Amino acid sequence: MFVSEYVKPTTLEEAYQQLIKDKTNHIIAGGAWMKLTLKSASHLISLEDLDLNRILTTNDMIEIGSMVTLREIETNEHIKNCCSGILSLACHNIMGINVRNIATIGGSVMGRLAFSDLYPALLVLDATLVFYKAGEVSFADFLKSPKMDTDILLCVRFAKNQGKGYFRKVATTALDFAILNLAIAHSEQGWRISVGATPYVASLATSAMSYLNESKRIDEVVMEQTVQLVLEEIPCTDNIRASKEYREQLIKAYIKRGIKKVIEHVD
Amino acid sequence: MLIKTIVNNEPKTFVCEPGEYLLDTLRKNNYLSVRRGCDNTSCGVCTVLLNGKPVPSCSVFTASVEGKEITTVEGIQAEAEKLGHFFGSEGADQCGFCNPSLALTVYAMKRELKHPTEQEVREYLVGNLCRCTGYIQQERAIMDYLEDES
Ligand SMILES: Cc1cc2nc3c(=O)[nH]c(=O)nc-3n(C[C@H](O)[C@H](O)[C@H](O)COP(=O)(O)OP(=O)(O)OC[C@H]3O[C@@H](n4cnc5c(N)ncnc54)[C@H](O)[C@@H]3O)c2cc1C
Ligand code: FES
Ligand code: FES
Repeated sequence: MFVSEYVKPTTLEEAYQQLIKDKTNHIIAGGAWMKLTLKSASHLISLEDLDLNRILTTNDMIEIGSMVTLREIETNEHIKNCCSGILSLACHNIMGINVRNIATIGGSVMGRLAFSDLYPALLVLDATLVFYKAGEVSFADFLKSPKMDTDILLCVRFAKNQGKGYFRKVATTALDFAILNLAIAHSEQGWRISVGATPYVASLATSAMSYLNESKRIDEVVMEQTVQLVLEEIPCTDNIRASKEYREQLIKAYIKRGIKKVIEHVD
Repeated sequence: MLIKTIVNNEPKTFVCEPGEYLLDTLRKNNYLSVRRGCDNTSCGVCTVLLNGKPVPSCSVFTASVEGKEITTVEGIQAEAEKLGHFFGSEGADQCGFCNPSLALTVYAMKRELKHPTEQEVREYLVGNLCRCTGYIQQERAIMDYLEDES
C-alpha cells in the first residue's frame, strides 16, 4: 500500500489530531479489512500503543477494548459464558485463526460491514460503543447514523448477565461471507432478535421482540407470527450470494429454531 | 524506516517503506519459505508466527512488528521435520507450496490445544488452503503427529 508515514501515537489526543488533520489519514487496527479496501493513505495511525487491547470485566459488565482481536474475544471465558457465548460464536465462524489473530472488534465496528457476523450478536447484547469525542453511543443507534470517520472508538461494552442466547451464521463454506446471520437473546429484560447480511446491515426486529415479550406462552402459532413480524420489519433482497426467497426461508427456519433452543436452555 | 525484530530467535533490523507488508519484507530478505498466494488475506500460505500466533504476513504492516518475534518454518525445523515424516507416511505431500505455513499453524495448534478432537483440528486449520491434496491425508498425518509423544 502507498503510505507516506506510519505513526504510533502514545496519547489519544495525538492520534485524534492526526486523524482530523487530513482526509487521507486513517486509523489502522488489524489492517485486515484495509488490505482489501484501501490503496493509499497519507498517514496510517496505529492504535497499538494506546492500551486499547484489553478485555475488562466487572461483576456486571464486559468491556472489550477496540484493539482486542476476534480470536481473543472467541477464547475469553467471560465472553464465552455471556448469553450462551453468542459473541464468541460469531467470531469463531470468521475466516481462519490467522485472520482472527489480527482482525479487531474496533475494525469490525468502524468498517460498517453489512455482512458482519458480530453485529447481530452486539445488537441483541444491547452493546454500547465508547468514542473518544462522541462518548457513549448505543450500537443500534450507531448503525443507523452516518459514518463517524473522524472519531476514535475506544471500547465496546455490554452487561454480563444476559440470560440465554442463540447465534447462527449461514454461509456456503467456512471462508465465505454470511448469506444470512442472526442472533436471539432472552433474559429478564425480555426477548431481543437481530438479523443481518440480508444483505443489508443488521438490525433489531423490534415489533417481533415486543410481540414475544407480550406473549404469555410461546407455541407454534406465536412463533409463526414472530417470523411474520421479522419478515415484515427486516427486508431481504437478492445478491450474488443468495436470493431474497432463500434468505426468507432461512429466517423462517432459524428464528424458530433459535427461539426453541433459547427456551430449552432457560432453567 | 528501520524496524527491529527477532526472526527465528535472531535479532534482525529491516529497512522498509511505511506501507510495506511483512510478506514483502521477509521475501526481500530471503525468507523464501514464506509464500505469496492470494495476497488478499484469504489463502493462508503467507502465514508466519508473530509472538507465537499465526498471522497472514501479506496483511501485516512491517511497521507494526517492531520489537516482536517472527517465526518462519526454519525456526521450527525439528518439529517441521517430524510433521514432514507423518506427511510422507500418509502420502500427504504433493507440490508442497502450502507446507511451510501449514506446519507453522499445526505447531501453534499443538501448543495451544490439549488433545484436540478431529473437529477441533479441522476448525483450527480453516483458512490454510491446499490446491493439491484434498486435505484427507493431511488431516490423518496431523492427527498422527499430534498423538506422537516422542
Ligand atoms: C478475507 C476477509 C474475510 C472476512 N470475512 C468476514 C466474515 O465472514 N464475517 C465478519 O464478520 N467479518 C469478516 N471479515 C472482517 C473482519 O472480521 C474484520 O472486521 C475486519 O478485518 C476489520 O478489522 P481490522 O482490525 O482488520 O480493521 P482495519 O482494517 O484495521 O480497519 C477497518 C476500518 O475501521 C477503522 N478503524 C479501525 N479501528 C478503529 C477505531 N478504534 N476507531 C476508529 N476507526 C477505526 C479503520 O480506519 C478502517 O477504516 C473478513 C475480513 C477479511 C480480511
Ligand atoms: S497470501 Fe496472505 S493469505 Fe494468501
Ligand atoms: S500440496 Fe500443493 S498446495 Fe498443498
